[in-house]
Amino acid sequence: MHQKKMKIENLNLWYGDFQALYAVNLDIYENQVTALIGPSGCGKSTFLKTLNRMNDLVPTARIEGKVEFDGQNVYNPEVDVNELRKKIGMVFQHPNPFPKSIYDNIAYGPRTHGIKDTHQLDEIVERSLRQAAIWDEVKDHLDRNAQSISGGQQQRICIARALAVEPEILLMDEPTSALDPISTAKIEDLVNKLKENYTIVIVTHNMQQASRISDRTAFFLNGYLKESGETRKIFLNPEKEETENYISGRFG
Amino acid sequence: MKTKGLRILVNIAAMITFGTLGFLLLFILIKGIPYVNLDFFSKTYTQQNASVLPSLLTTLMVVAGSLLFATPIGVFTAIYLVEYANRKSTIVKIISVAIDTLAAVPSIVYGLFGFLMFVTALNFGFSLIGGILTTTIMILPLIIRSTEEALIAVNPSLREASYGLGAGKLRTIFNVVLPVAMPGILSGIILAIGRIVGESAALIYTLGSATILPTSLGQSGRTMAVHMYMLAQEGLHVNQAYATGVVLIVIVLILNFISTKASQHLQKQ
Repeated sequence: MHQKKMKIENLNLWYGDFQALYAVNLDIYENQVTALIGPSGCGKSTFLKTLNRMNDLVPTARIEGKVEFDGQNVYNPEVDVNELRKKIGMVFQHPNPFPKSIYDNIAYGPRTHGIKDTHQLDEIVERSLRQAAIWDEVKDHLDRNAQSISGGQQQRICIARALAVEPEILLMDEPTSALDPISTAKIEDLVNKLKENYTIVIVTHNMQQASRISDRTAFFLNGYLKESGETRKIFLNPEKEETENYISGRFG
Repeated sequence: MKTKGLRILVNIAAMITFGTLGFLLLFILIKGIPYVNLDFFSKTYTQQNASVLPSLLTTLMVVAGSLLFATPIGVFTAIYLVEYANRKSTIVKIISVAIDTLAAVPSIVYGLFGFLMFVTALNFGFSLIGGILTTTIMILPLIIRSTEEALIAVNPSLREASYGLGAGKLRTIFNVVLPVAMPGILSGIILAIGRIVGESAALIYTLGSATILPTSLGQSGRTMAVHMYMLAQEGLHVNQAYATGVVLIVIVLILNFISTKASQHLQKQ
């Protein structure tokens, strides 16, 4: 049985006067892939960003409720948000490598957290790139600008960059929506491998993707978490009519 | 038919633009080049040689001096406005209006202010420091605005990526945002240099028009633009005024070349 890594309780979120999340309760299990699905604007990306407090960057965002990570509410005032984001890494919808060399992209996180030793950095860069299944493609030109490679490669560079700080959880916000089918397949394979060592929460628009790669699925609609549970159950035998309608493509 | 007419019109407009520019350049070059000789670059200015060298060096000093003050102040102001301040707050609005107003003020007004403030009230007299401080104020809005635009243009997803890795605000600004914005900031600085090099009104009343090369901040001097103005006004060395124009044009061309190369180099990185 997998352990609970995060526990979200009664989470509400507002952007100004607009309420984007209503009383969300969800558990995230260790070494599992949790997929967040739902139509556009349902709050799944917003929810994802509450987990590592990326919504702090939105000045109008206001949050009530609890997001527990290893037993501590991440919104406690004494939590160091930089330390939190080191432990809960993130991969974004569009590949966003820095306009620096591939090496400097991967080394950015470790350097941020105080690692200066060149040998150690070399090791981290190689290990992260291997973990992200892109080492063989880029090992001969680590000094190339990371923005000059293909979109699929860029996204794996971004995954490697996130892994380089050794997070415990990896949040992925529709990481394949801007990629071609072959790159998408590679990233899906990768997610499958990564869950051995990491806990993964992935937002996806793609129902097949959710059913292929996730162990658990949470279905959002209009800011409410409608249903969550094991992926197999959600897809084969959903409890709510809305879930069934969405999964079978009747709306969204 | 309609497109053809428009095309002719566009061509004429382009020809007028290039024609005027070309004529101007040729006119100055033809009039000036014969007088660009060794004598013209003598170490000291005399009534006979009307040497441009002291004013050339003074121009470089004024440029270097004002950039030394204006670049850090301007860049940090822009960083404050873009990265730290709440863009809807009253103070930011007031600063914005102030910057726009400063940018639109005619340079003679800066000259008058500099004269009253630095030359008389602070008792600097006509001096290098008076000129430098005046041009500093003059180019501040330019540097702030161009830096601001360059910072805003940086893709927000790069900031997100940096924060997402647990980097703080300072590290994000200095290691991610500023390098990306650098070409834009640099082009603002080049524009500012161009403004100083071409400035005469603001400097005549602050830096003065002494023909010597100032050796301390308290001494008066003249920039090339002022030199040109004085020579033409005195009427004794009109040809040397054109020659100064030639030197000015060459310097501006060199500056533009360097800035283009620099921003290309930065973009490649």
